[in-house]
Amino acid sequence: MRVDGRNGNASLINVRGLDKKYYRGGEEIHVLQGLNLDVEQGEFIAFMGPSGSGKTTLLNLLGGLDVPSAGSITVAGDEITHMSRSKLTEWRARHVGFVFQMYNLIPVLTAFQNVELPLLLTKLSKAERRKHVEIALGVVGLSDRMHHYPRQLSGGQEQRVTIARAIVSDPTFLLCDEPTGDLDRKSADEIMELIGTLVKQYHKTVLMVTHDPVVAQRADYTLHLDKGALVESGAIAQAGGGGR
Amino acid sequence: MKYSGLIFANLFRKKLRLLLTIGSFAVALMLFGFLAVVKEAFSGGVSIAGADRLVVINRTSIIQPLPISYADKIMRIPGVKEITHDNWFGGVYQDERNFFPQFAIDVERQRQIYPEFAIPDEQWQAFKQDRQGAIAGAATAKRFGWKVGDRIPIKGTFLPGVWEFNLDGIYHGTRQADDETQFWFHWDMFEEKVPERYKGMVGWYTVRVENPDDSLKVAKAIDAEFSNSPYETHTDTEKAFAAGWVKQFGNIEFLILTIGGVVFFTLLLVTGNTMAIAVRERTNELAVLKAIGYSDRFVLLLVLTESLVIAAVGGGLGLILAKGFTLLGDPTHGLLPFFYLPGIAIVAGTMAALAIGIASGILPAVGAMRMRVVEALRRV
Ligand SMILES: Nc1ncnc2c1ncn2[C@@H]1O[C@H](COP(=O)(O)OP(=O)(O)OP(=O)(O)O)[C@@H](O)[C@H]1O
Ligand SMILES: [Mg+2]
Repeated sequence: MRVDGRNGNASLINVRGLDKKYYRGGEEIHVLQGLNLDVEQGEFIAFMGPSGSGKTTLLNLLGGLDVPSAGSITVAGDEITHMSRSKLTEWRARHVGFVFQMYNLIPVLTAFQNVELPLLLTKLSKAERRKHVEIALGVVGLSDRMHHYPRQLSGGQEQRVTIARAIVSDPTFLLCDEPTGDLDRKSADEIMELIGTLVKQYHKTVLMVTHDPVVAQRADYTLHLDKGALVESGAIAQAGGGGR
Repeated sequence: MKYSGLIFANLFRKKLRLLLTIGSFAVALMLFGFLAVVKEAFSGGVSIAGADRLVVINRTSIIQPLPISYADKIMRIPGVKEITHDNWFGGVYQDERNFFPQFAIDVERQRQIYPEFAIPDEQWQAFKQDRQGAIAGAATAKRFGWKVGDRIPIKGTFLPGVWEFNLDGIYHGTRQADDETQFWFHWDMFEEKVPERYKGMVGWYTVRVENPDDSLKVAKAIDAEFSNSPYETHTDTEKAFAAGWVKQFGNIEFLILTIGGVVFFTLLLVTGNTMAIAVRERTNELAVLKAIGYSDRFVLLLVLTESLVIAAVGGGLGLILAKGFTLLGDPTHGLLPFFYLPGIAIVAGTMAALAIGIASGILPAVGAMRMRVVEALRRV
C-alpha cells in the first residue's frame, strides 16, 4: 500500500492523480484532488474521514460505478477510466464485489437466489451455480438460512448474505461502504470477523469505508481522506492500533 | 430460462396489485371481445357476401318490386350464369319481437345460387313437393324449438291473413359466419295468394356471374338494359348491399372503435401508472443489479417483460372469457344474424393487449435503463 504514487504500476490497483468534481447549481465541489493509491493483492484497507469528505465517491470510482474528472485507475492491468458504460458493467461483474451499508438484497428473492444473482451472468450450469452459492453461504455461516427471505433474517445475517453475494463470483477485490454502519456492536464484530477471515484465509483484497475506529482497527492500513487526498495518518493509525 | 425466478419474484411482489392490473387487462379485453361480437353481428354479412353474386333491385327503393319477366332478359346478358328471385314477406310469428327474415324463394334455383346453405337432400325433395312447405335456418329453428314436420303459422303484415307452413327442412350454414336465421317458402304459392297488384312481381333478383372480375361490367349492363323502362334497376354486388344494410344502423363501426379506443386508452393510463410506481419503488434494487454487473439493456428488458407478461395473461384471460360467453349462446336467441367472436378479433385483441403492455412499460423501462447507479444508491 502506498499513497504517494511512486510505486510504478506493479500493484493490483494503481490510482494516479484522481480528480472528481461535482457541479451543483453552478457551484463546483472538488471532492477528490489528485489522489494517489496503490493496493497490493490481499491487502485490507480502511478509509476514514468526516462526512462529505469523498469516501463513497472514491469507492464508486474504484468500483467503476462512476467516472473521474481526471486521473486514472488501473486494476490488474486494465485501465478502467476510459471504458464505455457497457464495458464497465462487464468489468464490474468480473472484478468487483460490492457490500453497501444498506443491505441491498432483493426482498422478493431468497438468500440463495440473491447470492446466485452474479452467477446468472456467467456461463456456469445450474448445478455449478448451486455449488458456488452453497460454498459462499457456507463461508458466511448461513448454510441453514439458504431459503429464507431477507425479511426473515436479522440485520447481521442480511449483511452476511450481501457478503456472500459479493464473493460468490470470486472477484478481484471487494468494496465495502460502511458495511457495519447499520449494525449493533455484536453483529458488527461478527461481520468484521468474517471480512478478516476473507482476507486472511481466502487472500481477498478488501477496500472498506467506515466511521468506526474499532472497525477500522481490523484493517491492515487505515487511510484518511483529507482535502481530497489520502494520508496515512500514523498518529491515528497507531492510536487505533492498526497497521502491519 | 435462468432469469425466470427473478421475473416471477418481481411479478408477485405485490399480489393485490398484480391481480388488479391483470384484472384491468382482462376486463378491457373482454369488453373488446364483446364489441367485436357486436360489430360482427352487424357487419359479418359484408365479409361473407358472395363475390360472384349481384343483387338487382328497383332503382327507386328496395321495397319497390320488379317484374318477373326481367329474369329471362337478365339471363341473356353476357356473363350472367344463373338468376333467382326473392320476395320479402315480413310476417310475424306469435309476437312482433320474434323477428326473423322470411323470403318467398325461387325453389328451382335457390341451391345453385346459395351453395353455402346445406340441407339434407331428402328434406329438400320433400320441400319441393310440398307447396305449403318451408325451410328454416338452424338458428331460428333452435330459437323457437321447431322440428321438421311442425306447422308454423305466420301472420302477414302488409299481406292479409295467417299463413300456415309445414316445416320440411332445416338448413345449416357451411361457414361459421353464414346466416342461419332465414325462413324460406315457395314463391309460386306466394304469388298465387297475393292481391292482383303484386302478381308477377318480385322483390329483387340475385344474379350469379360467370367470373367475379366481370361483376361491375355485368351490373352496368343489367342497369343499361332496363334504363328508361317503367321499372329501372339498380344492380350492385352483394357485398355492397350488405355494407349498405349495416349503414342503416348508423356508423356502428365508428361507435365501436370509439368505445374500444377509450377503453384501451384508459387501460394504458392505468397500467402505465402502475408500472411507473412498480419501477420507482424498486429503483434501489435495480441499481444494485446494475452495480453487480447487470447491463442497462437487461434492466430495460426485465421491466418490459414484466409488463408484457401482465398484458399477455390479463389480455388472454379477457379474450377467453369473451369467447366463453359467445359459446354459451346468443342471449338474443337468434335476433342477431351472427353471434361469435371472429378469429381475426382474437388476433387483433392479443396484439392490442401486447402493444399496451409495451407502451405502458416502455417509459419506466427506459427510465430504469438510463438510471445511474451512483445517483440511485445515493437517494436511499
Ligand atoms: N452526484 C452528486 N452531485 C453533487 N454533489 C455530490 C454528488 N455526489 C456527492 N456529492 C458531494 O460530494 C461530497 C462527497 O460525498 P461522498 O458521498 O463521497 O462523501 P462521504 O465521505 O461518503 O460521506 P458520508 O460519510 O456521509 O457517507 C459531498 O459534499 C457530496 O455532497
Ligand atoms: Mg458515504
